[in-house]
Formats: sequence, structure tokens, C-alpha cells
Amino acid sequence: MGLGLMPMGLAFGLLVTHTGLPWWSAPMFSAVLYTGAFEFLLVPLVATGAPLVTVGLTALLVNGRHAFYALSFPLHRVHGRLAKVYSTFALSDEAYAMTTGSRADSWTSARIVSLQAFMHFYCVGGAATGALLGSLLPAGVTGLEFAMSALLVVLALDAVRDRREDLPTPLSALLAALIARLVFPDQMLLGAFVLFTAALLARHLAGRTRHRHV
Amino acid sequence: MSEAPYLLAVATVSAAVTWALRALPFTALTPLRANRTLQYLNTRMPAGVMVILALYTLRDLPLTHLRAAAPLAALAVTVGLHLWRRNALLSVFAGTAVNVALTSIVFAA
Repeated sequence: MGLGLMPMGLAFGLLVTHTGLPWWSAPMFSAVLYTGAFEFLLVPLVATGAPLVTVGLTALLVNGRHAFYALSFPLHRVHGRLAKVYSTFALSDEAYAMTTGSRADSWTSARIVSLQAFMHFYCVGGAATGALLGSLLPAGVTGLEFAMSALLVVLALDAVRDRREDLPTPLSALLAALIARLVFPDQMLLGAFVLFTAALLARHLAGRTRHRHV
Repeated sequence: MSEAPYLLAVATVSAAVTWALRALPFTALTPLRANRTLQYLNTRMPAGVMVILALYTLRDLPLTHLRAAAPLAALAVTVGLHLWRRNALLSVFAGTAVNVALTSIVFAA
């Protein structure tokens, strides 16, 4: 898992130095944000000197999905104030995916937190390495950013297999993503999450009324 | 190029927003954990969220261009390997290697 994040961190570090930002900003952003999609979006914003309001607003819209994670992330199984604080801070997409599958049902507090710290460390380490290597690697080497897609595809396959009897869920997610891509291309992520949640709620309500009538 | 104070301010603002989004919903949602509707969402969210995120990273795939063949081939390798071996590390690594090789060598513009 950590090794899956390493190439993503590397790609981010390379992007940062190729854009002309100082190398230390790659591990810095990785450490305090730790959210792949937003980090990659932040680089062009920063390179053009976007105002802080724009940066804050973009963070709000791109990372709005994290608010949904509180529904299923097992924070109640993380013990200790400091551990809880860190656990919410390092609640990345990958951490969410790893800790909500059925295999994580029996994980202890220490296991959850150390997994998060491990992935966080790999990401920051990868970003620092990528930024420092940026000048050494020939500019013709491209396509490392695919690591992020590959990782998410793998996580999606595992999550769908976890609940293989429930195909309407991934299908409605797929549909939500395609509709959001076409209708709100600039806000695809947020649009898709809202549509998907609405579809789930509609299914739930339909199921309840059916039970009442029978 | 950009000044260090600006970069630090950007990091502070975006980290504050990101952490607030990650932490605050827990205080609002924890009392509702027993709620039936939330439990329904809870069990179904993860699979859908991953599908959406995966598609999001592929949103700008230039499907009408030949160079889209690289990520599509890499995607096929990732999915195929994962269905076959179920080894996340292997699937991610092989898929990325295929994409880097194809985009850097075959489709290098």
C-alpha cells in the first residue's frame, strides 16, 4: 500500500520542481495536506500566484468529499485524544479505503493509526525524493501520475468485491460520475458525490415504503 | 518565482480547510450513528466513493486521440492483473510501469 503511494508522491515531487517551485514545498504540501487530488491541483494554482481566497475555496470544493468519510471511518475504534486528532488529520482517500473494508473490521486502534502514519510517511518521503530527483530525471519520463488512477481502480475493485451482492451501488456511482463529468465538468467530484448520495437515499426510501405496503 | 511566505500561507490556508472538512463532520455525525438511514449509507458509501474517485482521475482521458491508448492499456493491465492475482501492489506497479513506458517511449511527442 505504502509502495503504491510512493510513485504518486514521486510524481507530485517531479511536478513541483518542473513547475519551478522550490523543492521543499513538495514535502511540505504533502505533509500538511496529504490529499493526492488537491495537491496536484494546487501546483498550477500556486505557480500562477492565485489569491489565498481562491486556494481556500478550491480546497473546500475539491476536499468536500472528505465530509462524507465521517459516515463510515471507524474513528470510534481509535482511542486517545491525540490519536483521534491525528487520525482525522491523516484521513486521506487511501486511509478511508483501507479502513472501511471488511478486512479492517477487527483492526485495533494502534493498527489503524500506524497504517495512517505509514502511508503519510511514504507520501511525504516520495514527494521529497521526487522533488530532489526532479532535476536528475530526464524530462522525457512521463506518465508516473497513473499510479494514482491504478491505486484507486484497485481499491474500487476490492470495495466492489467486498459487497458483490450489491451491484446497484457501484453502478449508480458510475452513472453519477459520468453525469457529473458531462453536466458539471468543473465540479465533477462534488457533483458526483452529491448525485451518488441522493441515489442511495432514494433507494433507501423506496425500499422502506415497499416494506410498509407489503 | 513564488516567495516562501506566500507558499507557507497557501499551505496554512489549504491545510486548515482540509482538516476542518475531515474532522468537523465527526462531531456532527457521531450522535447519529444509530440512525438507520445513515447506517444504510455507511455500508454502501465506500464502494461508490472509490468508483467515483477512480473515474475522476481518468476524467481528462483524450478518448479520441491515439495517445489515450497508453493509459487505456495500463488500465487493462491493472484491472486484469488485479482480478487474476488480487495483489494490489503488483497491479499498481505493473499498470504504472506500462503507462510510463508507453507515454515516454511510444507516444513521446
